[in-house]
Amino acid sequence: MFLAQSSPYLQPGLNVSKMMRVVTLLMMPGILTATYVFGYGVLVNILLAIVFALSFEAIILYLRKRPVKVYINDNSALLTAVIIGVALPPLAPWWLTFVGVFFAIVVAKQLYGGIGYNTFNPAMVAYAILLVSFPAQMTTYWQTPTMLLSQVDGQTLSLLETVQFQLFSQLPANVTMDALTSASPLGIVRTSVLSGAATIGEIDAQGNAFGVLGGIGTEWVNLAFLAGGLFMLRKDLISWHIPISLLAMLGFLSLLLGSFELDSNPSPIFHLFSGATMLGAFFIATDPITAATTPKGRIFYGAGIGALIYIIRTWGGYPDAIAFSVLLMNMCVPLLDYYTQPRVYGHKAENNDQEQS
Amino acid sequence: MTNTKTETATQTETQSKTSLLEEYAPIAKDGLWNNNAIFAQMLGLCPLLAVSNSVVNALGLGIATIMVMILSNVSVSLIRNIVRPEIRLPVFVVIIASAVTTIELIIHAWFHELYLVLGIFIPLIVTNCAIIARAEAFASKNTLGKSFFDGLMMGLGFALVLVTLGAFRELIGMGTLFANAHIMFGEGMQWLSIEVFSDYEGFLLAILPPGAFIGLAFLLAARNLLEKKRKDKEKQKKQQEKLTLETSVI
Repeated sequence: MFLAQSSPYLQPGLNVSKMMRVVTLLMMPGILTATYVFGYGVLVNILLAIVFALSFEAIILYLRKRPVKVYINDNSALLTAVIIGVALPPLAPWWLTFVGVFFAIVVAKQLYGGIGYNTFNPAMVAYAILLVSFPAQMTTYWQTPTMLLSQVDGQTLSLLETVQFQLFSQLPANVTMDALTSASPLGIVRTSVLSGAATIGEIDAQGNAFGVLGGIGTEWVNLAFLAGGLFMLRKDLISWHIPISLLAMLGFLSLLLGSFELDSNPSPIFHLFSGATMLGAFFIATDPITAATTPKGRIFYGAGIGALIYIIRTWGGYPDAIAFSVLLMNMCVPLLDYYTQPRVYGHKAENNDQEQS
Repeated sequence: MTNTKTETATQTETQSKTSLLEEYAPIAKDGLWNNNAIFAQMLGLCPLLAVSNSVVNALGLGIATIMVMILSNVSVSLIRNIVRPEIRLPVFVVIIASAVTTIELIIHAWFHELYLVLGIFIPLIVTNCAIIARAEAFASKNTLGKSFFDGLMMGLGFALVLVTLGAFRELIGMGTLFANAHIMFGEGMQWLSIEVFSDYEGFLLAILPPGAFIGLAFLLAARNLLEKKRKDKEKQKKQQEKLTLETSVI
């Protein structure tokens, strides 16, 4: 068969709109697992975030006199909203999502000039601002993972009850907030193990923090995000540099520093499969706008995030650190890109150095 | 050098007798809006960002800054013909430092609670570049009355922005206005404290340092927008005048 088509014959790459849509779809396994583990709140969060994000995006684009339909269709606001929805606590009240999405879309994205111009990852700006501003809501509204894991006796909410709680903060009569929520595994490790109140073995015996791989409940969510991420790698949607270097650095540091005092340091596997590690490594850190662009720069970028995650988790004030690590490395991106520019074809490396000095 | 200065000074004095309003109105306009210490010159941002987390704190520091500005401007204006230009800056600094120390001792003595809240930022008024900028740019070249008025207006301009930012941050951050008003005005003024939103969760970010930067950025953006609109209007007016002139000529 001859191609009934003139040149160029190269297949066009994915455009922004399609890529964002595919990435959002590949988050579905993780989202569904999270829903299974943490309850319907995850889905409600995501839906609310999408509605808010698209409305804010449309309003701001209209105010900035930009073509609304074109920019809404690039699906970047959709992906940001989905990431915020997954990252928020499953029982977050609606105004938490509202404030977060406002800062992500209006402040971090559109005020910086819209898609392609934002220095900081919008979803992570939202998360960091919420964590700093509303520490109580952001840390205590984590539902106990009960749907799947019968060994933890807690109460669950139906879909209707979840919506009722998130929109109007009304709980069913026989359910209390304390019975519904619990500290996340990373939180338990942060508060009790690292402060010296209990050893890893003692926590393990209590059975409310460690699962098969990582933190109880979150391990399955992490595995699902890992699956989606590996599929993205296979389909060349993202380059391997950032996620692999991030996970390698986090694993290496936890292996190296954690092997000295086994009583107070959780294993590398726990670090890799707890909290938002996989979501962060594959879906957040790889954001094409705010991440480094050169191959070498991407490796430094990913490794930097991995190191910061370990540092903040171990010695910092917060149990998990994806948002702060990503934002801190976002700041370094111009520097990384400047110093890791690959040699232009035909130029000698030495000449390049002399020119720079 | 000093001779020429006195000559210009006497010239301006004779002019000021002709019309007081024409002389003093531009100073007020400059201080409050056109040449505002924060909006136009971007000076004194450190105390602005640090102390604007509530209206009362902002008001306290604003009033202290106004006092220092008036004191330093008046003193500099009084000695402007005696001080040799080579050593004027050290002299200005000494004057400003003495003014700040005086104000600090006054606050320490009579508003002790406010002193505890403002803490290090009262002595730090001395580093507010807006003050030495006014001493150098205005008070060392103008008469006593004008310098006094300039100090008052520049200080007012600074204090107004400080209080505005403080009000925004307190309202968003805590849902109140004039909280702790009693530490400045005494127990009798407790009624000033307003709880605007009852049962408010509080938005910590506005109280924390990032809130100061974001709030100031929004204020500056609003000011620029107003200025732009004003300039556009002026342009339109000029064009219309031109048009009417041309038509009348025709």
